[in-house]
Amino acid sequence: MADYSVEIQDVVKYHSATLAVDHLSLEVRPGEFFSLLGPSGSGKTSTLRLLAGFERPDHGDIRIEGRSMRDVPPNLRPANLVFQTYALFPHLTVFDNIAFGLEMRRLSRAEIDPRVSAALDMMKLRGKRDRLPAQLSGGEQQRVALARALVNRPAGLLLDEPLGALDQQLRQDMQVELKAIQEQVGITFICVTHHQEEALTMSDRVAVMNHGRALQVGTPQEIYEAPASAFVANFIGVSNGLTGRIVTITGARCTVSLPDLPTGPTILARRPAGAVEGSRVTVLLRPERLHLSQDVHLNGFENALPARVSKAIYNGNEMQYLLRLSDSVSWKARVPNSGGDRKRFLPGEVIFVRWNADEGVVLTE
Amino acid sequence: MRGRRAWLLSASLADLVFLYAPIAVLMLFSFNASRLSATWQGFTFQWYRLLIEDVALLAAVQNSLLVGVISTIIATVLGVSAAVSLERVPFRGQRVVEGALLLPLVIPEVMMGVALMLFFVLIKLPLSLVTVTIGHAAFNLPIVAVIVRARLHKLDPRLEEAARDLGATPWQAFRRVTLPLLMPAVLGGALMAFTISLDDFIVTFFTAGPGSTTLPLKVYSMVKSGVSPVINALSAILVLVSMALIGLSLALQREREGQK
Repeated sequence: MADYSVEIQDVVKYHSATLAVDHLSLEVRPGEFFSLLGPSGSGKTSTLRLLAGFERPDHGDIRIEGRSMRDVPPNLRPANLVFQTYALFPHLTVFDNIAFGLEMRRLSRAEIDPRVSAALDMMKLRGKRDRLPAQLSGGEQQRVALARALVNRPAGLLLDEPLGALDQQLRQDMQVELKAIQEQVGITFICVTHHQEEALTMSDRVAVMNHGRALQVGTPQEIYEAPASAFVANFIGVSNGLTGRIVTITGARCTVSLPDLPTGPTILARRPAGAVEGSRVTVLLRPERLHLSQDVHLNGFENALPARVSKAIYNGNEMQYLLRLSDSVSWKARVPNSGGDRKRFLPGEVIFVRWNADEGVVLTE
Repeated sequence: MRGRRAWLLSASLADLVFLYAPIAVLMLFSFNASRLSATWQGFTFQWYRLLIEDVALLAAVQNSLLVGVISTIIATVLGVSAAVSLERVPFRGQRVVEGALLLPLVIPEVMMGVALMLFFVLIKLPLSLVTVTIGHAAFNLPIVAVIVRARLHKLDPRLEEAARDLGATPWQAFRRVTLPLLMPAVLGGALMAFTISLDDFIVTFFTAGPGSTTLPLKVYSMVKSGVSPVINALSAILVLVSMALIGLSLALQREREGQK
């Protein structure tokens, strides 16, 4: 048994003149739910198509269960793909769609029938076996697509934006269900998505991609708590930034001066690894971790900066505020609309943004 | 609004009369007891009876069907392959090949006929049912290709990829997924080709040799010796058969689209 279920080794792929995948190397462990997270054009779908065998790498190699896939066509690869649009065969019934892969492997009817039936049961599709895809709802079509791939018991299941075509409610239910299915079958899942919440909810590990490279690979917690770069931080929703210089270092904390702000204040932050006094750093903060108040006192928080409210947007369960800290620095804050005690702020008001040092992500430059 | 509607309705009615009145008259007079076609003298089936007793005419029908079936099979197999390779396999000079393939649809048929005849003479292939069949296959190939390709263009290429991903070889993916989905267009194209072959006069005229008279050629030679009501009867049958075939062809091409 190989140490890794799927290995991508220094893969380069050009689409005519554009570089789609740029010296990408990734290892996916057996039974892992691994997500490729990135914006469109980040090379995540190209990577998936390379894994499926629809495209060949210009450089590098892909190994599945330790075996090089260099000259292996899609039909002989131990991986199956669930297409974003499902690509169900419109002329075949649900049963025949799911049986397709087994038939191609020339299994006998006696072997095919029980396996397809078991797949139908697992996906709660028992009553739909003789329907055509056009007669199914979106959620049902997706389950057929999953069953059609899983019934082959591949070494790796590839999912291209698996929840992209579903509506919001179904999408959240399927996140949980997909993860449960993965744990039940114990197959390695490699999932492509541009939706950070989806990736963080379902995955054991996530690779954040941009411009054909993996910028950071880690558990959802690592990615969320300690993004390694400004791009990763931004992509998973840490959108407020300040640049400054470390003035003093005390243990695991440091003081950062902020020359971009008019009063030239300092804030307290976590000390990034390898930083010394004088290092230039960027401090990033999540909009939902900021506390807004008219009170100038810290009241238990470690940092407070003055800001002017430039927009207040009512958004159902929360208020979204656009804040100006200076002419060039604007932040977003999200405050839940819970209870009646919370004060709402109006545009033009000057308030204080408060947070604790540990909430900030600090990146060295 | 009412006035406009009535106007449009009468316009399309006029179109229909313009198109079908001659055919309707022809059909009507195929049942006319008079030998001189101009006046109505009572209802009869005798021209149809004479028709089925005419041995030379039946031989022509047989030739037409033979040429129709074989040229349709050839045109369909080649047309489908052409459509698939043009749509799915990009290659250099694709546009040139595409244009060349469709050219026979627009060049005058007389030219096509003359060219085919000269070609057969050049390669010393005696003019016969074989040359007629080749000629028909040649002008029907682009027709099948165009119809099949239109359908193929609307087919999601990911269906083929899905089949490949699930273990199908390229041929199996074509056979099990692409071809069944293309079938309405393939059959529609084949019926269209068969109908055109059955009705073709010009290319047949240039490529036929002794003993290879098809139905349209036979009709032409019969007309030269005077229009008899037998011709009316024959034409009535030809028109009805052609219309049925074309109707079926269009219905097939439309079928699956209605499902979506």
